Amino acid sequence: MRLVARPNRNSPLRDAMMPVAAVAASLLICAVLILLAGANPLTAFGIMAKAAFWGKFALTETLARAAPLILSGLAALVALRTRFWNIGGEGQIIVGAMAAAWVGALTSLPTPLLIPFMLIGAALAGAALAAVPASLKTRLGVDEVVSTLMLNFIVMYLMQALLSGPWKDPVTGWTNSPSILRAAEFPVFWKGTRLHLGVLVAFLAVGVVGVIMKRTTLGLSMKIVGENPRAARHAGLDVTRVTLAAALLSGALAGLAGAGEIGGIQFQVIASISSGYGYAGIVVAMLARLSAAGIIPAALFIAAITTGADEMSRQTGVPFFIADAMQGICLIAVLVAMTLSRYQIRFRTSPERRATP
Amino acid sequence: MPTDTPILSLAGITKRFGGTTANKAVDFDLAPGEIVGLLGENGAGKTTLMNVVFGLYRPDEGIIRIDGQPVGIATTADAIALGIGMVHQHSHAVARHTVLENLMTGLPGRKGLLDRRSALRRLTEIGDAYGLRLDPDRPVGELAVGERQRLDIIRALFRKARVLILDEPTSVLTPQESEGLFSALRALRNDKVGIVFISHKLNEVRAITDRIVVMRRGEVVADVPNDGKLTNVGLASLMCGHEPERVVRQPRQRGEARLSLRGLRLTDTRHGGAAKAPIDLDIHAGEIVGIAGVSGNGQVRLAETVAGVEAAAAGEIGLDGNIVRDPSPRRMQAHGLAYIPEDRIGAGLVGSMPVRENMVLSRYVEAPFSRRGWLDWQAILDFARRQIAAYDVRPTDPHLPVGLLSGGNQQKAIIARELAFSPRVLVIAQPTRGLDVSAIAFVHRALMNLRDEGCAIMLISDDLDEIFQLSDRIAVMYEGEIVRDTPVEEATVPTVGLAMTEGRMAGRNAA
Repeated sequence: MRLVARPNRNSPLRDAMMPVAAVAASLLICAVLILLAGANPLTAFGIMAKAAFWGKFALTETLARAAPLILSGLAALVALRTRFWNIGGEGQIIVGAMAAAWVGALTSLPTPLLIPFMLIGAALAGAALAAVPASLKTRLGVDEVVSTLMLNFIVMYLMQALLSGPWKDPVTGWTNSPSILRAAEFPVFWKGTRLHLGVLVAFLAVGVVGVIMKRTTLGLSMKIVGENPRAARHAGLDVTRVTLAAALLSGALAGLAGAGEIGGIQFQVIASISSGYGYAGIVVAMLARLSAAGIIPAALFIAAITTGADEMSRQTGVPFFIADAMQGICLIAVLVAMTLSRYQIRFRTSPERRATP
Repeated sequence: MPTDTPILSLAGITKRFGGTTANKAVDFDLAPGEIVGLLGENGAGKTTLMNVVFGLYRPDEGIIRIDGQPVGIATTADAIALGIGMVHQHSHAVARHTVLENLMTGLPGRKGLLDRRSALRRLTEIGDAYGLRLDPDRPVGELAVGERQRLDIIRALFRKARVLILDEPTSVLTPQESEGLFSALRALRNDKVGIVFISHKLNEVRAITDRIVVMRRGEVVADVPNDGKLTNVGLASLMCGHEPERVVRQPRQRGEARLSLRGLRLTDTRHGGAAKAPIDLDIHAGEIVGIAGVSGNGQVRLAETVAGVEAAAAGEIGLDGNIVRDPSPRRMQAHGLAYIPEDRIGAGLVGSMPVRENMVLSRYVEAPFSRRGWLDWQAILDFARRQIAAYDVRPTDPHLPVGLLSGGNQQKAIIARELAFSPRVLVIAQPTRGLDVSAIAFVHRALMNLRDEGCAIMLISDDLDEIFQLSDRIAVMYEGEIVRDTPVEEATVPTVGLAMTEGRMAGRNAA
């Protein structure tokens, strides 16, 4: 048995089936984990699906949870398309959240401007944070995988320092930032649910990013730089500027995810404001095979795992961390599937063995 | 012609890749002490066939015999053990090791024990017998291309190769180096080594071989003794199935200077410093200036500097009499300079992207392909279709990733893109490297038409035949400088070859 490169690399059907196969494979592996934890995998998956999609509350909750994943998935998509390995989504979400919480608590700002300024402020904060590793890369050649990842920890501890220092509630001693103003809370589209403005922003962002990637010179430039930076330079593209633009856009999208969590869910900065959305965004982008349209189903799937795992662990006793395991397995499965889809498996032995006397 | 049992005999070798058949029931014999030339266009199946012999591919059908005995060759190690040696176009030697260390790795014998003294003795023997000499203690990284090739041949002989396969060995050599290689091959022939010589260069194949096998579309179409009656035209028509056309350069009055280099010093990546002497060169309208040189003497850097991809250490580049300040690829393009790099898939195209995008790679930011940042895909597609048809790029599907096209069609696609807007100056490097006879004819014709329309062309090529065939003037580069610059009428292959290897100042630029 050996792997042979496929002669024809172009097959839309195979491309579309690949994420499906990856998801199926990861569910299968997770079934083994659930079995090991002492539960029936079918029952467990049934509970998860029901908890994630059955009924108004479950469905809207999954949608609300998908919003930051969509934005952070888009952030990863833009960066990965340009081969700017932005692992810093987590930090960019956190600075976005902090900026939104700060703007949202400003009493000096006219009320109608609060929400727009929260969004803009969060996007700018995310972009500014992403600009640091991007300029380090373009000016000094610093590897962005390391710098973006390390910035996550810097930002996280900075946030914790703020929460246990200047932002600490003087009365209760809770390590939460002051709540944002009432007028700064994002409007909700469906009473009794958490379908807030941030969810709409996330879905709009999918359209915007899709249009940028498909219809603008900027999108084409990003793809060319990502696919072959040397050819990009020879063709006269300003690789530095394109990389910077992609990093800024990526950071801004991640920052918006932070704004949604503040304006629509938590209304204040808490220590677990992001809880891994930045990293999950990379899984979402890979599952979506770096297509903007694919981001929505991919984010919904990851969101459903997290909402569903909560309920499942309550009912079956399987630890909640199965959700994290599933995400990780999913990413690996997609990466393996992407590699394997370029090959076919041959079981045949080679004929000249038979020619041997 | 030798009549012994063939040292190597292939019977009915068939090799398929997916739907295409690279070798179709090929029979091939090689006698001891025989040099066989293997000719064919790209994709004719020569290299596939030899890779089958060397254990890199496994045939789907057919039998390989060594000394009349059927053998199974599953890996290159099997091939080496059977006495088969292959010298590839590009050496795979380990750059940091010395010549002797490279020769001793992978030798059969006592495992783990490297016998330096006997290896040295063997190196001296080979040097004495075939004139293949190398300093055993030099790091391979310091060797020139020709010396690396010599190392690969010595290595094959170290492993007691009785069948030596050379894949386009002279494409990287100067005329003098090629002559050295040929005398080594003749000496090997006298020692009953069988040699397969794969090449595109018909003159060389006719000069060195005893027998010529021509392949076309995976089949052997001719197997003829080289009795001195074969002609280049005859061989070429066997290779491509029809008579190739040869581009003829019509004398033409050159026009005004279009590209002017003044005191241009190239940066040298290998040593971090700048080239010793500045370059002064004018290329006029309606003129092709061929830049000859052994590869690695700064030709690529010259092309990249003129195209604005690399900065110059000093000096000026003028286009149409105006000095271009702070050259960048986009600025040079805006001044009417087109650039076709030697590394097609690495620098000229984005292989994973469709032909459509690649057709506008350097121009999509301009109208009509985009307006204020918005792409006009219809305009891009129309343009791509038009250029595909005009330059006969195959397959014609503009949505196909350009990396799936053959080398010749990739080059056609780049030419279609860069020539679409009638450039005033064209810089083109290795325009036909790796292309087959018909694609070469196509590229040469395109260049000649462009020249006749008044474009100023800088042609950089390792192929001296090409330089002599197309150029109005020939300049020779040596260690980052131009050491010789004469009209083609005053240049001969030996004088140009000498300037390439020794950098001797001769001709007009003599200082």
